[in-house]
Amino acid sequence: YNDVMCCVNLLSAWDFFSWATHRIERGAKDNNHLLYKPYSNGDGSNRDLDHASEFEMSDIFYFCRQGVESIMDDEVTKRFSAEELESWNLLTRSNYNFQHISLRLTVLWGLGVVIRYGFLLPLRVTLAFTGVGLLVVLTSIIGFLPNGRMKNFLSEQVHLMCYRICVRALTAIITYHDSENKPKNGGICVANHTSPIDVIILASDGCYAMVGQIHGGLMGVIQKSMVKACPHIWFERSEVKDRHLVAKRLSDHVEDKTKLPILIFPEGTCINNTSVMMFKKGSFEIGSTVYPVAIKYDPRFGDAFWNSSQFGMVNYLLRMMSSWAIVCSVWYLPPMTREEGEDAVQFANRVKAAIARQGGLVDLLWDGGLKRGKVKDTFKEEQQKLYSKMLVGTQEDRSRS
Amino acid sequence: MGSRASTLLREEEIEEIKKETGFSHSQITRLYSRFTSLDKGENGTLSREDFQRIPELAINPLGDRIINAFFPEGEDQVNFRGFMRTLAHFRPIEDNEKNKDPIASEPLNSRSNKLLFAFRLYDLDRDDKISRDELLQVLRMMVGVNISDEQLGSIADRTIQEADQNGDNSISFNEFIKVLEKVDVEQKMSIRFLH
Repeated sequence: YNDVMCCVNLLSAWDFFSWATHRIERGAKDNNHLLYKPYSNGDGSNRDLDHASEFEMSDIFYFCRQGVESIMDDEVTKRFSAEELESWNLLTRSNYNFQHISLRLTVLWGLGVVIRYGFLLPLRVTLAFTGVGLLVVLTSIIGFLPNGRMKNFLSEQVHLMCYRICVRALTAIITYHDSENKPKNGGICVANHTSPIDVIILASDGCYAMVGQIHGGLMGVIQKSMVKACPHIWFERSEVKDRHLVAKRLSDHVEDKTKLPILIFPEGTCINNTSVMMFKKGSFEIGSTVYPVAIKYDPRFGDAFWNSSQFGMVNYLLRMMSSWAIVCSVWYLPPMTREEGEDAVQFANRVKAAIARQGGLVDLLWDGGLKRGKVKDTFKEEQQKLYSKMLVGTQEDRSRS
Repeated sequence: MGSRASTLLREEEIEEIKKETGFSHSQITRLYSRFTSLDKGENGTLSREDFQRIPELAINPLGDRIINAFFPEGEDQVNFRGFMRTLAHFRPIEDNEKNKDPIASEPLNSRSNKLLFAFRLYDLDRDDKISRDELLQVLRMMVGVNISDEQLGSIADRTIQEADQNGDNSISFNEFIKVLEKVDVEQKMSIRFLH
């Protein structure tokens, strides 16, 4: 965690340092008569960057401008709402700045509504119910079989089939790249997280052990029947807080090479697919091979981002099923392992950078938890420390001269 | 439904804001977009919490002072006009404005108004003077716990000594302007934003 803080502050500190260096150089020029004569070098130069600058009333300008710049636009808050499109895709939900332009456009839009809600939606909902229903029924049946190769084989086929039906239900057009890097047993698959659909997209191309909290209702039913057919890792709500328990169960699972690779989303929350935010280090501490996967949606046909503060799950699924299509690309990146001398956080950042690069996403160090929570005070304290260091040097000179 | 504010910005309002602040049409619509995305309560105004939700602002040592600058005396909500009026201070000074008609009212982004904005960041009780106490408090915000009271006190004393001309042991706005007369305020307090 110290490293993350360090990195974050390196970024803001870079701005700060270039300003501070400028200030120091200027300060050295102004004050050479009192402070720096005793320290000037023989060749007459009296620029000494070890000696910091003195406080000036104009120092406030730096913080002021940084602050107002972040008010005008910042890197973080815009990651938690759907990406803005450059041109309208005839969905009112993507209509932010486009107002009534012409009758023809409105007619086109109306036609789009009829097609989407009258034709596509009912078709997709039927498919979705079929897919989910089959999943529950078939996995329960398979649960009665004795453990063994037959059971695993059938379980895989059933899972794949049902997920593929669900993919059709969303009309998801997926392009898989580099399938030779697909995750293998005993590994952990990590991917950037945009919506619950990510799971369906990945699981329709390969078999994974899911990790998650047990829910009630329909989700709970699906989860319970899935785990009858093959081992998934579901946690009770109370168990989720116990990090050691979670880590133990995950490592036990990966050690058993007959079990499927685990699928984890280390950001911990849905981000809007324009950036990758901080990866939580838990999955990277376990020590098995990590298979990174980058998922990039094309927002022009339907934005897949789930803004959970805006809509619930059902509402979200309805929106997905009434978009034109979900178009996305999946890249299977080469497997990575933790290197000598690298700790979990550095490893996590390395994986994150690889995923961001492949998916064309912005690599951010900010925590996705900022969607709901406040930023830690420690970051502000780091800024204060940096500024103090700049001033304190002056005071030490004063006491010496 | 993608819920942007239910009241879209009308053309007349855009024109009025353009005249008052000098921002261009596209800048105003962009900032309106930004305003509505910050307005979680969707009531057309921003509260202090809405600003504090911006992480980069929350970690700024002077974040609270800057947020305060947006709110008129005693109020807890700022509307879009107020928001734009405050942001206008940071508009860069264009060359063609420098030779404008001197009788016309001073633009919000003039050197003098930029300095006034900064002055008000120091002047906590808005009595048009920066007292030693106020200077200490603002310094404390900027350095956190890393500098002792005595050191900070001597920094404050030196600063006031250098600036104070009428001997009242505080810095008035004119004294503030004098201290900063060599500083390139136009460049330091301007933000290039769209066109």
